[in-house]
Amino acid sequence: MAISHADKRPALKRTRGWLDRIGDPALKAITFSAAALAVTILGLIAYELVRGSRLAFHSFGLGFVTSQTWDTIHNQFGALSLIAGTAVTAVLAIVIATPLAIAIALFLTEIAPKPVRALLGALVEMLAAIPSVILGLWGILILGPFVQDQLEPFLNSTLGFLPFFRGSHSPTGILTATLVLTIMVVPIVASVTRELFATVPPELREGALALGATRWEMVRGVLLPAARPGILAAVALGFGRAVGEAMAVLMTIGGQIGIHLSLFGHSDTLASRIAGQYQGASTNLQISSLVYLATILLVISLAVNIGAQLLIKPIDQRPRRRRIALDRALETQGLSAD
Amino acid sequence: MSEPTFSLRASGRLRRRQLVNQAMGVLAVGAALLAVAVLAIVVISVGSRGAGALNLDFFTQNQAQGFNPKGGGVLFAIVGSVVLVGIATVIALPLGVLVAVYISELAPPRLARIARMALDITNGIPTIVIGIFVFTMLVAAHGQSAFAGSIALAIIMVPLVARATEEVLLLVPSSQREASLALGVSRWRTTVQVVVPSAIGGILTGTTLAIARVAGETAPLLFLTSLGTSSQADANPFHPLQSLTLVIFSYSDQADPAYQAKAWAAAFTLMCFVLFTSLAAKLALARYRKKLGG
Repeated sequence: MAISHADKRPALKRTRGWLDRIGDPALKAITFSAAALAVTILGLIAYELVRGSRLAFHSFGLGFVTSQTWDTIHNQFGALSLIAGTAVTAVLAIVIATPLAIAIALFLTEIAPKPVRALLGALVEMLAAIPSVILGLWGILILGPFVQDQLEPFLNSTLGFLPFFRGSHSPTGILTATLVLTIMVVPIVASVTRELFATVPPELREGALALGATRWEMVRGVLLPAARPGILAAVALGFGRAVGEAMAVLMTIGGQIGIHLSLFGHSDTLASRIAGQYQGASTNLQISSLVYLATILLVISLAVNIGAQLLIKPIDQRPRRRRIALDRALETQGLSAD
Repeated sequence: MSEPTFSLRASGRLRRRQLVNQAMGVLAVGAALLAVAVLAIVVISVGSRGAGALNLDFFTQNQAQGFNPKGGGVLFAIVGSVVLVGIATVIALPLGVLVAVYISELAPPRLARIARMALDITNGIPTIVIGIFVFTMLVAAHGQSAFAGSIALAIIMVPLVARATEEVLLLVPSSQREASLALGVSRWRTTVQVVVPSAIGGILTGTTLAIARVAGETAPLLFLTSLGTSSQADANPFHPLQSLTLVIFSYSDQADPAYQAKAWAAAFTLMCFVLFTSLAAKLALARYRKKLGG
């Protein structure tokens, strides 16, 4: 027995060269370090931002978040009006975009004939692919004049009794920025929602229709409840996108500090303020304040992202086929169901 | 001679339900038309303004010096964009593929989940924040360079490439892996010579999509590679270089309409590139998925 055992060894050695012996651990080590690097960079981003904002944190503390000033001459900085501007534009954009996106998704899955479906789906995704700087250029040179000459006078004359629709008309401002953000958010929410609807089992649909429900009743009673957590996640995703958008907002919002009720007024957001100061930042304190803004933005986007992931969690317990389809839908938008 | 005594038209409650149903249908169609209209308006207005300003000089000349904004072109920005995106791809493609191979082929489930989550979180970070990160890490000490811009773009690309690769690796039938392993081929050879090659088409289309995405990025570049650039073509990655997106941004608020015309032309060029590459990549990906039976 001992002899035959000894005989086997050289034979094994011959079939597996040295490359094969180190190959497995080597591949594992290389790929592991790549994955570790990806995780490390995430940690490094957080670390660098906190380090970079330390100076501003020492000067202003948490009061930075509740102060409205942004005074480059006296070196006084605060984020409140930027946080307000971010909240107003992103919330308005998502409020306008969500029903539109759901309606588009319903049209694509329930109403449109097959060939229209594929074509229109592709068109909606093309809208998502347009670079934000191009939407910003379009927003300032085409949409802006329209907002100034048509939309704002119209809103003022019909809804002018509300404080939101008063003030002087201008091509830039919260309204223009919100509309551009809406255009960016709709395709994101629509394409995820569409995939969600497509994964609802046909039995449920047909069951509702067979019971005499109209198409809309089937949508309201079956499709929407089944897709609700996914839709919420898609909305969170779109919200995160709107919060983080710098260029299109920078070009259309007017870049002004201060909180006012009117949507016609100029404002600024966290992301657009950072982007707008790329040349003007002269003092260390101002640069550090910009990094502080970036840290706030990072915290918000992490919260929104993780919130979206938690919303998707329950979907994980569903059958594998649907999960894969959903995974794919979310993945194209940069979110996973894990 | 008894006629039917009841009407076939719905009435009362049923009528109301049908009206609601129709109204909702109309709303859905309207929303879809609105989306298409917006896309058409954007594409047509960029196209009509941009195509008019396009000529051969636009692609082959640099910005004319002095007070002649009309002449010349944006060759320097095109070169800059190619350098920026090229270096970013060279960094992000291997890194993304390695991460994906680890996640889908080798990692224990818990580590795979952590890595996947890190990718998704990185993907959700606003790109301006990534720009600030590279600024505090590299640019604050070493000054602006195209290389710094490429690093920021690579950070944006890695999650995109990795998730796309992971998805196609999952589509490779496990029978292929098992057949290779059953023949006594070692695990790493199976991965490198069997699994990855049969997924290569999907990996490349995924990378193309990522390229189309970062080619349109502006915000992270503002702090990293925009200052003090000359408007002469330059391909040295250690100089700050312009990009098409930066040119669109900086020309857009120039009072001179000649600069605005150039901004439109640059926007049109970029839009054509992004839309065509992402459309082509999506079509290729759909066909590839079908081939692998996903």
